[in-house]
Amino acid sequence: MASKMVEVSVYRFHPERDNKPRMQTYQVDVQPGTMLREALLEIKAQDESFAFRHSCGEGVCGSDGMNVNGRNCLACITPVAELKQPIQVRPLPGRPVIRDLIVDMSQFYEQYRGVRPYLIRKDPLPEQEILQSPADRDALDGLYECILCGCCSTACPSFWWNPEKFHGPAALLQAWRFLADSRDQATDERLDGLEGPYKLFRCHTIMNCVEVCPKGLNPTKAIGRIKELMVEKSV
Amino acid sequence: MSIPRRRFDALILGAGGAGLNAALRLASAELRVAVVSKVFPTRSHTVAAQGGVNAALANVLPDDWHWHMFDTVKGSDYLGDQDAIEYMCREAIPTVYELDHAGVPFSRLDNGKIYQRAFGGQSQSFGGDQAARTCAAADRTGHAILHTLYQQNIRARSHFFDEYFAVDLIKDDDGYVIGALVLDIESGEPLVIESKTTLVATGGFGQVFRTTTNAFINTGDGLAMALRIGVPLQDMEFYQFHPTGVAGKGMLITEGARGEGGYLVNGDGERFMERYAPKALDLAGRDVVARAIVTEIREGRGCGAARDHVLLKLDHLGREVVHHRLPGITDICQVFLGIDPAREPIPVFPTAHYAMGGIPTDRHARVVAPARHGPEEVVPGLYAAGECACVSVHGANRLGGNSLLDILVFGRAAAKDILDYVAENPNHRPLHDRYLEPARARLARWERRGDGESVHAVKAELRKLMEDHCGVFRDEDTMASGVERLDALRGRVIENVRLRDQSRTFNTARIEALELDNLVDVGMATLVSALYRQESRGAHSRVDFTERDDMHWMRHSLYSREDDRMDYKPVRTKPLTVESFPPKARVY
Repeated sequence: MASKMVEVSVYRFHPERDNKPRMQTYQVDVQPGTMLREALLEIKAQDESFAFRHSCGEGVCGSDGMNVNGRNCLACITPVAELKQPIQVRPLPGRPVIRDLIVDMSQFYEQYRGVRPYLIRKDPLPEQEILQSPADRDALDGLYECILCGCCSTACPSFWWNPEKFHGPAALLQAWRFLADSRDQATDERLDGLEGPYKLFRCHTIMNCVEVCPKGLNPTKAIGRIKELMVEKSV
Repeated sequence: MSIPRRRFDALILGAGGAGLNAALRLASAELRVAVVSKVFPTRSHTVAAQGGVNAALANVLPDDWHWHMFDTVKGSDYLGDQDAIEYMCREAIPTVYELDHAGVPFSRLDNGKIYQRAFGGQSQSFGGDQAARTCAAADRTGHAILHTLYQQNIRARSHFFDEYFAVDLIKDDDGYVIGALVLDIESGEPLVIESKTTLVATGGFGQVFRTTTNAFINTGDGLAMALRIGVPLQDMEFYQFHPTGVAGKGMLITEGARGEGGYLVNGDGERFMERYAPKALDLAGRDVVARAIVTEIREGRGCGAARDHVLLKLDHLGREVVHHRLPGITDICQVFLGIDPAREPIPVFPTAHYAMGGIPTDRHARVVAPARHGPEEVVPGLYAAGECACVSVHGANRLGGNSLLDILVFGRAAAKDILDYVAENPNHRPLHDRYLEPARARLARWERRGDGESVHAVKAELRKLMEDHCGVFRDEDTMASGVERLDALRGRVIENVRLRDQSRTFNTARIEALELDNLVDVGMATLVSALYRQESRGAHSRVDFTERDDMHWMRHSLYSREDDRMDYKPVRTKPLTVESFPPKARVY
């Protein structure tokens, strides 16, 4: 197959050496179908000091969220051929950079834990499965598939300004995932927990999250459904 | 310089399904639990499991745990331990209900029960009609289970050390395992975690092969740690090649695709599995299907210009079935091949997928090793569960859908036994600094400066070597020369390979160097074990010993790192309560 050289410019920052970040350009040999992750691995083969997170290589583990030519994406499912050169690769925006493309995601995980992302069941448990109709189960499609890559929340201006107070799109998608589950029995507590001006209501439907989600999920719609349910419950 | 210490009742290395299920039980029982994972827990490779988890719920077709047991024993080519298999198949049923109660979004049947699909090697009534035993959340079952278990651990407030790398287990003078030395990847600083009990749940080592369905992180860390404290590895020659990896790339296409009605065709457009498994066809054991594909290609009946793969056809199933039941593989095909599997067939080739072998344990997940009183003496304080362990429920070949089951059942079994152990052994044993010496020496070895080969280059060479010398079909000469080459490579890793980047902060190159040590050790265990076993059984197919030889080889292999020595121990053929299934010819 025909290979060709592409120019990839990556964000470099090493806290033990650098006062400020810089961009460094590498020439990388790519084949048709090469994904950006493979190109970055090729850079790492040239220069082992370059650091980024990655693992499964097929878009399910959510490790390699990054900002490429200004847009958040997963490197492992982004074909190099579709990117305008020179390719500019930066860390996910708005998070503290630890090294090169590796950012501190703790605030993102904190917000996720904050929505109590687990099924709450109050009735005694049956000996078998809790029955759920196919239609009720279908209500979870588009929600449970989230891989916590962080592409959405780190593309959200409201999350940039208030990462301590606003849950952000990824966490709110999971908040709705449990509200929408016919097996869950904590609707009132969940909605009470989302009250106030920040946690949920800082969403201004800018929809960057929908635009960038590598799994094609729609956090804005989920947030809208939560708001609707709140209104319904308050009448 | 002294290394900081933390103390816990239970230390769990690895945050995949086995580790998280154990952590959940222990944290819910109010033990102090530390979970160490080199990646954030939901990035563990359980997330990539697709097709489902087996349990004889009988939601779709009649079923019985005893039939599940029969299929598993037969699938193992009679190398599985029947006590452990009985335990797993019985436990499967409450285990799946418990997952539902925990929130796993299983697909549903019209009556509201959990959806179950057909998978390979499943039968009703001990070898009769096809069964439907695999409980599925579309084709994202691993993702659904892993996320749910992590979520429940949030509720249980388990203590996580995210992005910490386990360097070595710590063993005291009396042979007790009393914790591990770990590395905080972000700061680069070591930490000693003292623990009354340690569960190794670090998953598989597919990265030892060039083309694999496994993630970058699957480097056999726990297996190599066990080897380094003198625990042998069991049945390492049995490595599963999944019949349907995307040709040339390796991404997994679930067996569920065939369970939903897909089938394989060769370059002549022939449905060739009819010749290899007249009854089960495309749902024969994975070893059988993988060999059939390689045979078709070797005999010139492959597909494509190079005739180097076969095709998996799903286009006759209709868009609704393919997109609704198999949305994950639809995505994979679109992203990596640019095709819609509901319209075009998928090019596939057998791809390194799963280790049947591993750290020897009993059915309580306690690590057992040969010692004074016999071949299966408990290593006190040490447990193993999941792909890194060898219970052995998979024997020489694992059935699809039994892997998620294994991690859940034995992760939980470990937790049960750990509770008893901690009740009986309430105090920490003294941890002297000298116990840390082997781990510190290993770290120090990678701090040597100067010129040398790169980790990257040697790792690539190792992976190619394993693919060339230890693939689907094996023979004496190929493997013997493989051992020789690997022995030389091992020497180079110790002497010549150097880390250029000696920085501390999030130094992924250092982690990859430590992983290379592990890959070399598990690679050698695999290749040596394979060379010694002179028969064909399950996934181990020798062209020079084509038959199964129960007389000489119905026994487990044990590889020790010291002198690359092989020992053997008997298969446990006696189940817990039912009659033993004696070995029979394995036909599908």
